[in-house]
Amino acid sequence: MDALFDFQLTAQLLTYDFARNAVVAGAVLGVVAGVLGPLVVTRKMSFAVHGTSELALTGAAGALLLGVGVGYGALAGAVAAALLLGLMGQRDAERDSVIGAILAFGLGLGVLLLWIYPGRAANKFGLLTGQIVGVGSTDLWLLVGCGVAVLVVLAGIYRPLLFSSVDTDVAIARGVPTRLLSVVFCLLIGITTALSVQIVGALLVLALMITPAAAAIRVTSSPLRATVLSVVFAEVSAVGGIVLSLAPGVPVSAFVTGISFLIYVTCRLIGRSRLARAGGRASAAQPVTATTA
Amino acid sequence: MTAHPSTGAAASTADRSARRGAVSLRGARLSYGDRVLWDGLDLEVQPGEFLAVLGPNGSGKTSLLRVLLGLQPLSGGTVEINGRPPGRGDRRIGYVPQQRSLDPTLTLRGRDLVGLGLDGHRWGTGLRGRAVRRSGVDEVLAAVGATDYGNVPVGLLSGGEQQRLRVAQALVGDPDVLLCDEPLLSLDLAHQRVVSELIDTRRRSADTAVLFVTHEINPVLHLVDRVLYLVDGRFRIGPPSEVMTSETLSELYRTPVEVVRVRNQIVVVGAQGSLCEEQPHHVAEET
Repeated sequence: MDALFDFQLTAQLLTYDFARNAVVAGAVLGVVAGVLGPLVVTRKMSFAVHGTSELALTGAAGALLLGVGVGYGALAGAVAAALLLGLMGQRDAERDSVIGAILAFGLGLGVLLLWIYPGRAANKFGLLTGQIVGVGSTDLWLLVGCGVAVLVVLAGIYRPLLFSSVDTDVAIARGVPTRLLSVVFCLLIGITTALSVQIVGALLVLALMITPAAAAIRVTSSPLRATVLSVVFAEVSAVGGIVLSLAPGVPVSAFVTGISFLIYVTCRLIGRSRLARAGGRASAAQPVTATTA
Repeated sequence: MTAHPSTGAAASTADRSARRGAVSLRGARLSYGDRVLWDGLDLEVQPGEFLAVLGPNGSGKTSLLRVLLGLQPLSGGTVEINGRPPGRGDRRIGYVPQQRSLDPTLTLRGRDLVGLGLDGHRWGTGLRGRAVRRSGVDEVLAAVGATDYGNVPVGLLSGGEQQRLRVAQALVGDPDVLLCDEPLLSLDLAHQRVVSELIDTRRRSADTAVLFVTHEINPVLHLVDRVLYLVDGRFRIGPPSEVMTSETLSELYRTPVEVVRVRNQIVVVGAQGSLCEEQPHHVAEET
């Protein structure tokens, strides 16, 4: 237990560049994933995000084998997956099973590629569970650049995207290009997922993109408030998880998922009483606004 | 009534409304390949007029709405909303969809739903202009009597409450034309009355033209000025007393149809009872 929470060591490690880079990377991811999250959850795309992250892993494994940058491989895999999912549309009854089929194949291919790869085992493991110490300053700038790009595009399409996510029929009637927005949104998810793969690993992208948002929408039904809370939760999980993982040298994912899940459970408990109250609303029509995480 | 649009932009609203329909279709034709939904459709809906659009499934009622929403180009003829062709996200049009069950956990409050009706189709985050949106939304929520549940998640509201919000969502942009696509479907009688009264109030107070697509005319019969009845490419336009008759409907359906008036209700009975009142159109389509 001493080794798990050695604050002196943590403070010392934080003076190193690699640790700082990791924290900055986590912070950037927290913002991007936190903003995308509520839309992902509203559009019921959690499984699609999962599938995208698996294909990012496949791409990264391929890149590792070819000796190209892992980041580019992940990006290629995730974007390919995202385009595929985006073109299928939100209501496609088959979507779930198609994702399942592609996911299984992609993961299998990824495992094969990693098996062929002759290099260090740590590189392989890192793709699955995150390898925060691997974030160099070049990677960091790429990440910041992509993160900003995703946020800028999202700011441009946010309102019609929200409209088409929560109220598809009327959005179509109002001339919102729902199909196009769906593809663009999937691309944004693809890029963000590819970035996350390097930090928290393919298997745990959900911990940053889904869990904080799923927690947030339990305690508020205002889209704006849900987004703000989701960012806060994602930040706490990402930055908190990275900082805590430094001293013991445990994979980042363990802490990131642990913290985000704790937040999620807490919010569910708060949300239960809130929904119960809202169900019995007649006089008090004000939903509880959560101020505590 | 059918004056050409070129008559003076300076004309007053009252003047304009006297000359030209809020909705104007001339020689309108809509076809998909060989299949003609309707052809030669001339329709002028005046400001403040309540037009019910009836007909079996697949007769092109929804396609007509799509044309007016600017989502579907005509195959022939012209369509104008207040003298200009409709466009996507047209501010002059309000749209009320049918009630659908919403996910109880949907992250959306009543006021958000209404706000999206105002500017949800515009690009950007919508963070700017929040104050303006809020006051507009508050106003319209009050107008439809939905102030109490403006902050409640929409998924937790009853169907009737949701449809009130839908009317608010359609009215918040202050439209000239209200397009309603089966807005009373799956509502109980009391809520059917509330929602149709809200629509009626609006058209009387703001001179908004109403196109009301429905398969059941009775809940709105007392409000309807004219009926557009579409069957298989044939159509008839006129007051309910002219269109909703055994003779006209038999002609349209090309099968004996009996129209019976019971109290203030219209009951449509097909030959061999195949056109029952509940779902006359589905059955008619199969025959």
